[in-house]
Amino acid sequence: MDLDSMQRILEQSLAENKPIWEIVLEEDVANRMVTREASMEKMRRTWRAMVDSADAYSGERRSLSGLVGGDGERMRLYYATHESIGGSFTAEVMASALAMGENNACMKRIVAAPTAGSCGVMPAVLIPLWRKEGIPEEMMLQALYVTCAIGSVIANRASISGAAGGCQAEVGSASAMAAGALTYLHGGTGEQICTAVAIALKNLLGLVCDPVAGLVEVPCVKRNVIGAMNAIAAADMALAGVESRIPVDEVIDAMGDVGRRLPVEFRETALGGLAATPTGKAVKERMQKNRKRRRTLTIKDMRWKLTAPVQEPKE
Amino acid sequence: MIDIFDILGPVMVGPSSSHTAGAVRIGAMGRTLLGGTPVKARLHLHGSFADTGVGHGTDKALIAGLLGMKPDDLEIPNSFEHAEKQGLEFTFDEVDLKNAHPNTVAMELTAADGHTLNIQACSIGGGRIRVTMLDGVAVSFTGAYNTLIIHNKDDRGHIADVTTTLSRARVNIANMSLSRSARGGNAIMIIETDEKIPPVVLQFLREFAGIIHLTYYEKEDE
Repeated sequence: MDLDSMQRILEQSLAENKPIWEIVLEEDVANRMVTREASMEKMRRTWRAMVDSADAYSGERRSLSGLVGGDGERMRLYYATHESIGGSFTAEVMASALAMGENNACMKRIVAAPTAGSCGVMPAVLIPLWRKEGIPEEMMLQALYVTCAIGSVIANRASISGAAGGCQAEVGSASAMAAGALTYLHGGTGEQICTAVAIALKNLLGLVCDPVAGLVEVPCVKRNVIGAMNAIAAADMALAGVESRIPVDEVIDAMGDVGRRLPVEFRETALGGLAATPTGKAVKERMQKNRKRRRTLTIKDMRWKLTAPVQEPKE
Repeated sequence: MIDIFDILGPVMVGPSSSHTAGAVRIGAMGRTLLGGTPVKARLHLHGSFADTGVGHGTDKALIAGLLGMKPDDLEIPNSFEHAEKQGLEFTFDEVDLKNAHPNTVAMELTAADGHTLNIQACSIGGGRIRVTMLDGVAVSFTGAYNTLIIHNKDDRGHIADVTTTLSRARVNIANMSLSRSARGGNAIMIIETDEKIPPVVLQFLREFAGIIHLTYYEKEDE
């Protein structure tokens, strides 16, 4: 079975009386021809890579452009010394999202979840919750399988690429995955997981991908924060019994539709939105200063021909 | 069928799966097909690789791949220094390749013994790549499978020799494609397999008359 419908995964989960994570695990076992243990081990490595990356954060680093760095630390310093508006848990979620986004922009090791640009959303909610509530690692892995179900369905029905569907497809998808994981971790039913996904994605529908100078920096790092906060809101609403009036698969299809109809200027080309502001353009010019003139290359120029390769000595 | 670890993953050095992780993989593919670390590399960046490559570390990622680093190697940002230590001379320029994918690079690689490889490849999203040109012949493969690349004379019988040998070695062919520069000229056979191909089988294949050169890319381990 392709993971291409949340409704179908939910129905299978109810019919076979298995949690969603187990269905995804079995899919992975069948698809990659590995054992359950091997699949779980890979998920464990993925989870630990996320935690290691979060722990390796340093506020000293700056990105190649110099636009990004230090905000995760700034946020942590703020809530340690001030009463933050949303309380220390949400402040830590925001700091974690900034920190991971900065890790990515500064060429540090991250886990694409589902993309590098949106890599801060999931760890920003999962790691602080795991630490605060002392959740067993096994359960965190199960939550990650749930996020894989959500991400796969979105990738199959719509897109998880900013170039194809805008930021809603990257941060929106990451937020939906995180919302599903949070709902699972707080004992939500399969229906509630689907509801959380639907709400999270609906709230970010239409979000454009408009990176300044084409870099995964501005506004990407801070968009990870809204993805994380939106995931918490969606999960809490679903757990409270709030329902989505539009079913989850239809929401995902709507996201795909909006993405396809987004003008190309708003799909990672850095030609619209914040990238096209006077300040955004100035940054781009600064980055382009040292580029050499482009030339047109033809196949003849490249001397594309079969050069005689050296044969391995024959016995 | 989507691999769930393409959704949650790869574990990689940022900032972009297509501009950074994919670029490392392209470099690594070039290195494997050349048969070792090149001593000279001329890299031609096209499209978005040229436009935003420096800000994304695409240049450093490509060199890191040529040096054999994996997409999660923390030394990727320092690859230029490593290249100098390891005696890899490289140049970058920007080119306009007609009808190429926006994230494309063409690389002219020279090995220590003087033999060369021309390879053009693109980064197609999520860190996945596709090789589109090898030594002037249009090809298409991704490195998602174990891949045999065979330069052979465009002459009857060579395909049968190779596929029969693989079948006897119990290696299943997942995908296969044939291309040639001109009739009776040089041809390239690309064979993607489910199983790994044992070295002894590769050596056996190399012995066939008409097989000019054989390279083997084994897919990245878990």
